[in-house]
Amino acid sequence: MEVPDGRELLRLSVNREDRLLLVRSHATLLEVLREDLGLTGTKHGCELGECGACTVLVDGTPQLSCLLLPAQVEGTAVTTIEGLARGSELHPVQQAFVAQGGLQCGYCTPGMVLAAKALLDENPAPSRDEIKEALAGNLCRCTGYAGIIEAVEEAGRMLS
Amino acid sequence: MLRLPPFRFLRPGSVDEAADLLAEHGDRAMVVAGGTDLVPKMKRGQMEPEVLVGLGHLTELRAVHATDGGGVEIGAGVTLTAASSDRRVGADHPAYTRAAALVSSPALRNVGTIGGNLCVDTRCNYYDMSVEWREACGFCMKKDGDICRVAPASKHCRAIASSDTAPAAIALGGTVVLVGPGGHRREVSVSDLYQDDGQFYLAKAPDEIVECLRLPPPGAWRSSYVKVRRRGAIDFPLAGAAVALAMAGPVVEGCRIVLTAVGSRPFDVSAAGEALVGRELTGRELTGEDGLLADVAAEAAKVAKPLDNADLHYVWRKQMTRRAVVQAIVEAAGHSPALAALA
Repeated sequence: MEVPDGRELLRLSVNREDRLLLVRSHATLLEVLREDLGLTGTKHGCELGECGACTVLVDGTPQLSCLLLPAQVEGTAVTTIEGLARGSELHPVQQAFVAQGGLQCGYCTPGMVLAAKALLDENPAPSRDEIKEALAGNLCRCTGYAGIIEAVEEAGRMLS
Repeated sequence: MLRLPPFRFLRPGSVDEAADLLAEHGDRAMVVAGGTDLVPKMKRGQMEPEVLVGLGHLTELRAVHATDGGGVEIGAGVTLTAASSDRRVGADHPAYTRAAALVSSPALRNVGTIGGNLCVDTRCNYYDMSVEWREACGFCMKKDGDICRVAPASKHCRAIASSDTAPAAIALGGTVVLVGPGGHRREVSVSDLYQDDGQFYLAKAPDEIVECLRLPPPGAWRSSYVKVRRRGAIDFPLAGAAVALAMAGPVVEGCRIVLTAVGSRPFDVSAAGEALVGRELTGRELTGEDGLLADVAAEAAKVAKPLDNADLHYVWRKQMTRRAVVQAIVEAAGHSPALAALA
């Protein structure tokens, strides 16, 4: 396939679905997700790597989609917030955020939930310090962090 | 949406080819590995490469292995997460793994590389701003202007060295291997990678690429790194001190002290630590009763001349440089950091 100048083919899996996309070479993963795939659950905040709102999982690890170039995610498996629920059943981390009031405006929530999921996948019973460290790059400007940390603790109990 | 300008992305087959590509495209090209420093700066117009030479796919840069002499070699493409959690490196060189673990936030450490942190751009409140802000204020000599905004009489840029891992690597006697065009390799001390100029802060040639960091066997050296910043969750250093002590029991036989974020390059101020050689670090010395550590820290921090171009007040940053040195000495000697509060 001939690829026009300024574009490139990008193969990756998004939420367990294989994709072959023709993307702008200078589009970030955030732009590809939101604009090419319509997955607007991934939020754009600072777009400079400072706030964590755009966090997605790349091969299971939290990364900031606003800074990732197409070449960096070639062949990877990306999980966005849309990929967590199974049908109408929310993921346990999402259920715990609801139950504990771990969100208010909700803008930081997709990134928080994904960073928390990555932590709990590796360590289902993290200490409070470990939770704080795992969420250190995800800023919340309205809920406060207490409900978020309690939600992650509850999600850990639900998963283990 | 804050978007990147267009660029050509090249995928070299090896680090040697990457260096050749840099030479071929000259100052229009830059390398990118994790991109956590470069991408935001391209979005803000601080860096405007037309060609990006990708390194992230090169598996040859992502290995950590022991060297013949008992040291360790860490590929430049190893992520900060991987380096900071490497048990062997952590056991031998705790200052280094601690520094790597204190860089930024987990999501950025999952992508950012150790080579990138050694080469991380210098920072300044007059430079790390949007292009609109810089245009309104007046551009500075680091990008598009001709004067230093924080020190207008200065003949060179005063942006701040902001690597956490560089001071640790210098204190540990580290070296880097640089790859230039034609596969030419040379090994230099980490200290020799830098010069005291915020604009031209790297002493390597523009078409040389950091291939790996080598840390020698620790021997009797114990180490620590202390970082000062506003938010423990994410910020760049506002001051930092890496200390390595060669210990024979409680007696200090050697002392290296390296400061970061107090000038445009990391400063090796080990001469200040000579006062510790031959001394025991056990009682009065640690609690600060005899003033030894405070004197050493004051001497070490003489070189620190913070300016009003970073977060928090520059006088406070100078004071905290001394505190960071004391705490790093106490920790390197194997004692609780709480003791440093008394010194």
